[in-house]
Amino acid sequence: MNAELQPSTMAPHRPSRSPGAEAEASALPPARELESAVEATDFSFWYGSNQALDSISLTVPARKVTALIGPSGCGKSTFLRSINRMNDLIPGIRHEGDITLHGDSVYRNDRDVVQLRKSVGMVFQKSNPFPKSIYQNVAYGPKVNRLVRGRAEMDELVERSLRRAALWDEVKDRLDSSALGLSGGQQQRLCIARALAVSPEVILMDEPASALDPVATQKIEELIYELKHEYTILIVTHNMQQAARVSDYTAFFYMGRLIEMGRTQQLFTNPHEEQTEAYITGRFG
Amino acid sequence: MADSLSRRRRWTNRIMLTLTGVASVLILVPLTLILSYLMTAGSGAINIDFFTQLPAPVGEEGGGMVNALVGTLFLVLLAGALGLPIAVGAGIYLAEARKSPFANLVRFIADVMNGIPSIVTGIFVWAWIVLWMGRFSLLAGSVALAVMLIPMVTRTTEEMVRLVPRELREGGIALGFTRWRTTLGIVIPAARGGILTGILVALARISGETAPLLFTAFGNPFMEWRLNEPISALPLLIYQYAISPYDEWHRLAWAAALVLIALVLVISLLTRFLIKDPHRER
Ligand SMILES: Nc1ncnc2c1ncn2[C@@H]1O[C@H](COP(=O)(O)OP(=O)(O)OP(=O)(O)O)[C@@H](O)[C@H]1O
Ligand SMILES: [Mg+2]
Repeated sequence: MNAELQPSTMAPHRPSRSPGAEAEASALPPARELESAVEATDFSFWYGSNQALDSISLTVPARKVTALIGPSGCGKSTFLRSINRMNDLIPGIRHEGDITLHGDSVYRNDRDVVQLRKSVGMVFQKSNPFPKSIYQNVAYGPKVNRLVRGRAEMDELVERSLRRAALWDEVKDRLDSSALGLSGGQQQRLCIARALAVSPEVILMDEPASALDPVATQKIEELIYELKHEYTILIVTHNMQQAARVSDYTAFFYMGRLIEMGRTQQLFTNPHEEQTEAYITGRFG
Repeated sequence: MADSLSRRRRWTNRIMLTLTGVASVLILVPLTLILSYLMTAGSGAINIDFFTQLPAPVGEEGGGMVNALVGTLFLVLLAGALGLPIAVGAGIYLAEARKSPFANLVRFIADVMNGIPSIVTGIFVWAWIVLWMGRFSLLAGSVALAVMLIPMVTRTTEEMVRLVPRELREGGIALGFTRWRTTLGIVIPAARGGILTGILVALARISGETAPLLFTAFGNPFMEWRLNEPISALPLLIYQYAISPYDEWHRLAWAAALVLIALVLVISLLTRFLIKDPHRER
């Protein structure tokens, strides 16, 4: 039932943290005291008559990694997709409450959704590179959104994005070959590069490594660790160890409600709520 | 117990494999029969003249079918030019709009149109266009073929666009692309191979249609390519020659049938080779 929770499947690595990272982690203030990037206030969400989120109030601190954990169907993806309004595509949806990005409501009437999605990038569970070349995959977003002028500037942006996604060295000699020829892990990093190329502030990741082997997973985790210096990252994961490894803060969702949010270390070692403890120790879920 | 069960499974497996094997051999039988018969009956009449000369008058030896070849080419190309933009556009719309009432209506109409016997299509186009223009014509023939083409390509295009994984579309939306940009820039290119296959299969289908041309293109013993003049076509010529009393014409009909089949085969092979999508390999 809960393969992710079995100790045998724990990946034995940690991201290569800089010295003092542990000290830094324990010195983290509560999320509310930090500059917030995304803030949900009493946010509820319905698919037709089915309520998926119930009064979520949550602060996502800027330039930190926040993990969303919880059993299947508890609303993690729904919450994530509410931030960049990907759920708009689904007919019959409804919400109450609000989500803000830097204090600016995501749901206000005259909000430019296209602009919103440029500032809030997204990486999906199943890597979804476009059926184009590696170069085109990264360049297509900036091209459509007219972020650069001329080939030279585009070349530079593509290289910078691929470097940031830790993919450049592996693909620099085959930029014009198809993205579908890459391995699963490379494809996922390409999707991250693609998201980075349109200069987002927040990156939403919905189980970005769940389809990858341990080595590819480690690369993604290291990448997340690097990216948080510049970007606010919100990551959904089923893998408790992964949440513990990559995130600064963790939010535990259960049946559409936010049960608890806190510093990752504190939440995993000393959760306030019984349900949280039951979940992270694998007693249910 | 377990042993007898597994033996039974093995036997079921064997029997099913044999049955499907027999079925796939049986499917080859008509094709080989048709091809070999056409080869023996038709290849004798195929020579340079066949592709370069107009039909010879009754009673004279020789002659060719260049007018019918050109006619079929023009009819199919014009039908494609008229029908494909509509069909591909409608197919994309259906895949995008999915369950909207209007989409359901369009889908229903396309399915009904797919089921209309081609002779009926021919009569309708005769009633609308031939009577209105006062003459049989290339235009009328192409319209009739386009009317057949549209529902076929609409439905295959819809299916192919729908096969594109939702994640791919979401990838575009998540980058801030508008819906139409995502569809045109990402979804359609991903479905391109399938859409092209559907188009070529439909073109091959209509290039062999006879009934819709009987009262529209009508046929013409001379070379013709003007829009408002009757025009010949391979299937029309086959029909005329086959029901004629002359042995020479019968031989030519077989030859034309062979050429027509070869044409369809070539298009099918083209489908296979053309559609090697460079971004599909893994
Ligand atoms: N498109 C949809 N239409 C209707 N209901 C949906 C839709 N997507 C999700 N739901 C429902 O909303 C609830 C929350 O789903 P969500 O996908 O957010 O869960 P999740 O926490 O991401 O689960 P998982 O860990 O399995 O991905 C579930 O009950 C689900 O059935
Ligand atoms: Mg999910």
